[in-house]
Amino acid sequence: MQNGVAITGMGIVSAIGNTVAENLNSLRNAQNGITQVDNFDTSLRDKVLVGEIKLSNDQMIEKLQLPVDNSMTRTGLLGALAAKQAIVSAQIDMVSNNYRTGLVSSTSVGGMDITEKYFYAYENNPELHRYIASHDAGVSSQHIADYIGLKGFVTTISTACSSAANAIMLGAQLIKSGRLDRVIVGGTDALSKFTLNGFNTLMILSDTYCRPFDQNRKGLNLGEAAAYLILESDEIVLKENKKVLAYLSGYGNANDAFHQTASSENGEGAYLAMKKAFNLAGLSPRDIDYVNAHGTATPNNDLSEGHALIRVFGEQVPAFSSTKAYTGHTLAAAAGIEAVYSILALQNDVIFPNLNFETPMGEFQLLPQTRLLHQSVNHVLSNSFGFGGNCSTLIFSKA
Amino acid sequence: MKNPCYINGIGAVNAQGIWNDDPFAHITEISNPLTMAMQPSYKELIPPAMIRRMSKGIKMGIFASQQALDEAAMDQVDAIITGTGLGCLEDSEKFLKNVLDNDEQFLTPTSFIQSTHNTVGAQIALRLGCKSYNFTYVNGATSFESALLDALMQIESKEANQVLVGGIDEIAGRTFALKQLVHEVKADGAVEKLKDSQSPGVNFGEGGTFFALNTEKRENTYAQILEVSILNKLATEEVVDFVTSFLTRNQLTLADVSAVVIGNNGDLKYDIYYTTFCTLFANQPQIFYKHLVGQSDVASAFGLAAAAFVLKKQIIPKTIQWNAIKLSELKYVLIYNQYLGKDHSLTLLRHVET
Repeated sequence: MQNGVAITGMGIVSAIGNTVAENLNSLRNAQNGITQVDNFDTSLRDKVLVGEIKLSNDQMIEKLQLPVDNSMTRTGLLGALAAKQAIVSAQIDMVSNNYRTGLVSSTSVGGMDITEKYFYAYENNPELHRYIASHDAGVSSQHIADYIGLKGFVTTISTACSSAANAIMLGAQLIKSGRLDRVIVGGTDALSKFTLNGFNTLMILSDTYCRPFDQNRKGLNLGEAAAYLILESDEIVLKENKKVLAYLSGYGNANDAFHQTASSENGEGAYLAMKKAFNLAGLSPRDIDYVNAHGTATPNNDLSEGHALIRVFGEQVPAFSSTKAYTGHTLAAAAGIEAVYSILALQNDVIFPNLNFETPMGEFQLLPQTRLLHQSVNHVLSNSFGFGGNCSTLIFSKA
Repeated sequence: MKNPCYINGIGAVNAQGIWNDDPFAHITEISNPLTMAMQPSYKELIPPAMIRRMSKGIKMGIFASQQALDEAAMDQVDAIITGTGLGCLEDSEKFLKNVLDNDEQFLTPTSFIQSTHNTVGAQIALRLGCKSYNFTYVNGATSFESALLDALMQIESKEANQVLVGGIDEIAGRTFALKQLVHEVKADGAVEKLKDSQSPGVNFGEGGTFFALNTEKRENTYAQILEVSILNKLATEEVVDFVTSFLTRNQLTLADVSAVVIGNNGDLKYDIYYTTFCTLFANQPQIFYKHLVGQSDVASAFGLAAAAFVLKKQIIPKTIQWNAIKLSELKYVLIYNQYLGKDHSLTLLRHVET
């Protein structure tokens, strides 16, 4: 495991594509997936833009060939689509029990899309009762496990917007400790009225396309997505002669311990998370070719993260971008889709642009990468930060 | 060499009150479908303005975590790891009702901010000024065991020497009315103790249980945590294999287990899992606890507290003994939990000579 933990598969659904290839194509061609909300009614429709996946729950149920009386919510459906792709891409046979396989998923809203739809309707509609238990965040993972035919270790992490990074981290630890041979890791979150209104009350939603790291940024676009990676032990890779897409070489989690929702100005938590990841990877900041920033485009996050990047990298901050202007901020899934994007950067020696950037921030001289850049990429650092001061960093390295 | 993981402090808030030196002596067995926790006074721990704003889950978490730290004489930790099945339900319901009832108008952020599942872990970190590892697990009946396994790995791998780990769940109105609607919770008006359960569903409770874990043992160490195993689903006929293969992996036989802690909750349909489990340990004392705190996704954290208590004291209080087998020396205690036939866990503890 000297290179880290092997990643042998990945799957993704996001506002810029329902497959890895579609996502790569959108990233290369600067095509964002930001629109008005189409899938549900909300009074915020004319006030905000989102990264929405243009598949209804019914369309996903059809794609997944689920029975009509299934009780899956949107979070579970998105997750099942992405997890299945990851399994196919790693060429895993879920039927054979040769290896101890687990699922570490993550979500922040769980079954909220269904709960908010039927909250007051259950008493008079017995046919909806099957959804009552689906509200629980962990049930989305159960549904995904059932769909992919997994019987084994299943758990769910919820640390707001860093959730999927932490799921990836836990998966790596489970393999390193010898408790699992293979683990499906990532996250899924559906858009809901609940989160849309929640972020709206915090006044951090942008009424236009979000502009990460821009002086005139006005807030974030919420999004929905799911993404999963397959992590496998060196033994499996060797024995099965598995193709390795990339290695997870470092990771770190730290707490800002500053405020329930806001980040500290000097980005203490982010700084500590990056430091831990470097220590574990045995890499130094100058080894990093690309930083996939958290970059939500809120005034607070980008300032705090910018300071943290300067603290870690000094004057030599590597090429960096936030891909949230493509997908919106997909909450618990964010670190999952950005892990996929980090791996795509490694595989294709390409750095994806930070869309909508015009004016540098006044507080420091940080210029995100604004055009597609072809250059050798050997190590990518990806940041994800969440409510509760939760700060996570992952480092991916070329296979 | 892996570092050992000792339980050096426990804290709890639940239907019986708070954790104390003799928590199983004066108990009241619960018989209501929904039994709230007996809330302690928070004014020594939390500023008054915050007490009003915080949900009971956050407060119970803060109280129980501080109690655990105090008992272990720890004031700083290298990791804070929590588990919660349903999360911060009070705030979550409050915000959702406001969204739905007022057609997305006139909303304030406080309940949304506090609705995220990791609020308790975050608030503990804030008050301790703790910038270290902070994870929250939300996986039904294995939410706490996931947190515990993470804690064990943090300690084994030497990432952390001192860890605060706990489970929190709170009862809130609408969610539980819906659980009653589908008979997951017994109907209003039912008065049935766990062993006398006759109607469908179970009695629910709420609470917070925390543990201060350390690589160093102390004079008042409760027990050592050896291993935690989690499985998403299991047929009743597979219970035996689940248990025996777990013990084999830990180089133990069934006979090595001195006592077991079972998660029976009076569920007519699914307590069969525990019955099957207990057939393997017919000659050992069996301990139960959900008649004291009720079912919740993290009730099993209190089961761990019970196991730790009996290992330390080398006595099994009558109030929690399920069968009539007299104990001999307690060395290994095995905890088994599941809920609705899903999210099975085994936790293995060992007695520590101090």
